[in-house]
Amino acid sequence: MAREYETVIGLEVHVELATKTKIFCGCSTEFGGEPNTHTCPVCTGMPGSLPVLNKKVVEYAMAVGLAANCRIHQYCKFDRKNYFYPDNPQNYQISQLYLPICHDGWIEIEAGGEKKKVRIHEIHMEEDAGKLIHDDWEDCSLVDYNRSGVPLIEIVSEPDMRSAEEVIAYLEQLRMIAQYVGASDCKLQEGSMRADVNLSVREKGSDTFGTRTEMKNLNSFKAIARAIEGEQARQIDLLEEGRPVIQETRRWDDNKGESYPMRSKEDAQDYRYFPDPDLPPVEISDAWMEEIRSSLPELQPAKKARYMEEFQLPAYDASILTESKKLADLFEETVALGARPKKVSNWLMVETLRLLKENSMEPEQIRFTPENLKKLIALTEDGSVNSSVAKEVFEQMFRDNVDPEAYVEEHGLKTVNDAGALEAVVKKVLENNPKVVEEYRGGKEKVLGFLVGQVMKEMKGKANPAMAGELLKKLM
Amino acid sequence: MDLMKLTAVQLSEKIRAGEVRAAEAVEAALAAIEAQEKRIHAFITVDRDGAMKAAERVQKRIDAGELKGPLAGVPIAVKDNICTKGLKTTCASKILYNFVPTYNAEVIENLEKAGMIVIGKTNMDEFAMGSTTETSFFGVTKNPRNPEHVPGGSSGGSCAAVGAGEVLCALGSDTGGSIRQPSSFCGVTGLKPTYGAVSRYGLIAYGSSLDQIGPVANDVTDCAALLSVIASHDPKDSTSVELEDYDFMGALREDVSGLRVGIPNEYFGEGLDPEVKSRVLHAAEVLKSCGAQVEHFDLGMLEYAIPAYYVIASAEASSNLERFDGVKYGYRAEDFEGLHDMYKQTRSQGFGPEVKRRIMLGSFVLSSGYYDAYYLKALRTKALIKKSFDDAFAKYDVILAPAAPTAAPRLGESLSDPLAMYLGDIYTVSVNLAGLPGISVPCGSTSAGLPVGVQILADCFKEKTILRAAYTLEQALGKEAQHGEGI
Repeated sequence: MAREYETVIGLEVHVELATKTKIFCGCSTEFGGEPNTHTCPVCTGMPGSLPVLNKKVVEYAMAVGLAANCRIHQYCKFDRKNYFYPDNPQNYQISQLYLPICHDGWIEIEAGGEKKKVRIHEIHMEEDAGKLIHDDWEDCSLVDYNRSGVPLIEIVSEPDMRSAEEVIAYLEQLRMIAQYVGASDCKLQEGSMRADVNLSVREKGSDTFGTRTEMKNLNSFKAIARAIEGEQARQIDLLEEGRPVIQETRRWDDNKGESYPMRSKEDAQDYRYFPDPDLPPVEISDAWMEEIRSSLPELQPAKKARYMEEFQLPAYDASILTESKKLADLFEETVALGARPKKVSNWLMVETLRLLKENSMEPEQIRFTPENLKKLIALTEDGSVNSSVAKEVFEQMFRDNVDPEAYVEEHGLKTVNDAGALEAVVKKVLENNPKVVEEYRGGKEKVLGFLVGQVMKEMKGKANPAMAGELLKKLM
Repeated sequence: MDLMKLTAVQLSEKIRAGEVRAAEAVEAALAAIEAQEKRIHAFITVDRDGAMKAAERVQKRIDAGELKGPLAGVPIAVKDNICTKGLKTTCASKILYNFVPTYNAEVIENLEKAGMIVIGKTNMDEFAMGSTTETSFFGVTKNPRNPEHVPGGSSGGSCAAVGAGEVLCALGSDTGGSIRQPSSFCGVTGLKPTYGAVSRYGLIAYGSSLDQIGPVANDVTDCAALLSVIASHDPKDSTSVELEDYDFMGALREDVSGLRVGIPNEYFGEGLDPEVKSRVLHAAEVLKSCGAQVEHFDLGMLEYAIPAYYVIASAEASSNLERFDGVKYGYRAEDFEGLHDMYKQTRSQGFGPEVKRRIMLGSFVLSSGYYDAYYLKALRTKALIKKSFDDAFAKYDVILAPAAPTAAPRLGESLSDPLAMYLGDIYTVSVNLAGLPGISVPCGSTSAGLPVGVQILADCFKEKTILRAAYTLEQALGKEAQHGEGI
């Protein structure tokens, strides 16, 4: 009888915080920029330089922790993690080991139709490293310290997940929390959210854990899902063959769909952690913590429930709209201007998401305003433009945030509701298509659509199709 | 008029009164350096051009009436572990032999604001690790009183430069006694401020939780004036503390009546040279005759100070010195294969033996499995030492003690036995562990003519109490010398 296996997964997720300046100096955190232009003596590890903690980092970390039901260490410390690598200018990373800012939390996820809590072991603050660029042509390595000192939080879960689906649901929840509290934009393509996956398998029913591996280099949800599938299959194969799983760090190559060992436990470095003497302990007063707690926004699960209740949206729509804070804000602001919720939801769920996907954009990059979306909806509702014109206008709006009223006016796209003008065109179409008219009269009613199309074409899309249909029928 | 015979405060008065040009003061110092350097080698770098240009700028500000501070126009020497923009800063190490900082330490900014002129960078033990200034990559500094003896360390260059009259004042740094002990050996006055009183921004760290920059000068008045210039609250240093006031010269009163002086019995036990002991106890008598209440007491914890200090300082140093790796600045080995070999060769060739010893010691006490037994235990010891001082300062305003067990040893005597050298720090390291301020004031000489200093300590941020006691003692000892009594 074939043995049944269970996969046990815990995640370490790094999230880049959305502060304007770095964690320990005043340099900009802006993405891009010429190499080594967002740098100073502190973030390049110059002798004698000293770190000064950016208070905003503590606030963001606390906000994420509180949103994830964590307890806060109101007396927390920074520690040095010592290791030599050129992307790390001091050869130690300032992180938190002994007293991380947040601990013992949980978030609820929904996967396979079931709800489940995933516990969070801790959240700690730390600094990012620089970026090494290997120049094969010149046969040298260069280092860019623009990212050095960019603030990160690392969110460490308990080994509570059992499938790729649960992992993705967990990551989605984390991403939404970070975005909702404004702590991060969580742009995966810019590396502002990255995950390391700790995975082991065990026989179903067993209450001990198997030997785990850690997979690094995972920077998209799809790659994470593929890496999990791949690693669980690899470990099950090993166990089936009676071979041991080795505790090691593996690197996932998403192009090849395989992972490779990076280093084993035996090569594990001793990081010689100790409290950073340059940074006094962070003391978080009750008042400060309460200030952060009370400024937490409505989070996604609550918002979703409210959308279903208050706006009568289906669960699916409410989920999609609230998955992105930007979409949810756009939705609510447009509704607040007087547009019908269902209409707003439709524009966001269908056309907006389609154009985002086609342009490989994130909702945060949407340029059009709630005012213009509201105007466009009003134009369709009062029959000023028909649906195909509305889509065309929307595309312009999506691209350049054009004012739909002005755009329709300027390009003469207003639906022609003038019966006289319409009648002349209808008559012309009937004259030009005697055979089709014959067919219609013979009972083939579906040719009416063709004739409406001809009228629309003649009128360059500005006709009201319903009016055109009625008139055609009458004249035939 | 020999400008180098004045005090720094007197020199500045003359410059501000228009009697002496700032450039003349710089020229006088450069001439003194020229005359003395062959004999004592106190400097790693002398910045003739920079100092002359700075003198012009300072003169303009003086002429415009912008500079009124008590040290405006005075040339100063700076220990070579304090970053000076555009001026080589080596920490007396091969690994930084060519390092030119892109920025100024906060204390250098403060010197410039006050119109002081950096004339050069002084020799020191490599990365401030040592008690003799013999571990410098650039050669030893000699004691200005007797060039066959060491000047002490690690701020040996700064203290020797002042003692030899090359400059009237200097900056040193003190992690375990590195200002007070060489001040004692060179017969000058040096103060280690309370941890946090002076910004560490731009001080190349040895033991970050212990390091503090402080003034070295020929008398207590100049020390107080220089402390007023360098002490500041600096937002760039998270351990910097804002003081109630920065007017340390206001504390210079000849008045110790009622001052409670404690003399810890442990500091006068075995290992203390009898001549040093009698000079220090004589200083206590002098203070008593000036009206202080002097009492002997048990301080406790002294035997734990050296091990706790060397564990903590070495642990921090092992991490602080990781950045010297040949990647970004400083020395890089010429031949290597790959990154890790580059690190290994660079650091093996770039650091001297004492620095390597402390890096290894520090790495060991922080390593997994030993952290609790060594590092954490040392931190607990540090807290207990602080407590024993807290208890003492509940009873006494100041503590009086020797700065070192002996006068300056002969060159070459110390390095052969590092453990014995470490034990020489016994009277100074506790002060750093407890974060306290302390001064070393000359209190006479041995029969061999080597200077002896007495340490005066007080509770955190009580620099003014220290300065008042030190000033009173200095004046009284001065009068004694004039009348040919004692000493």
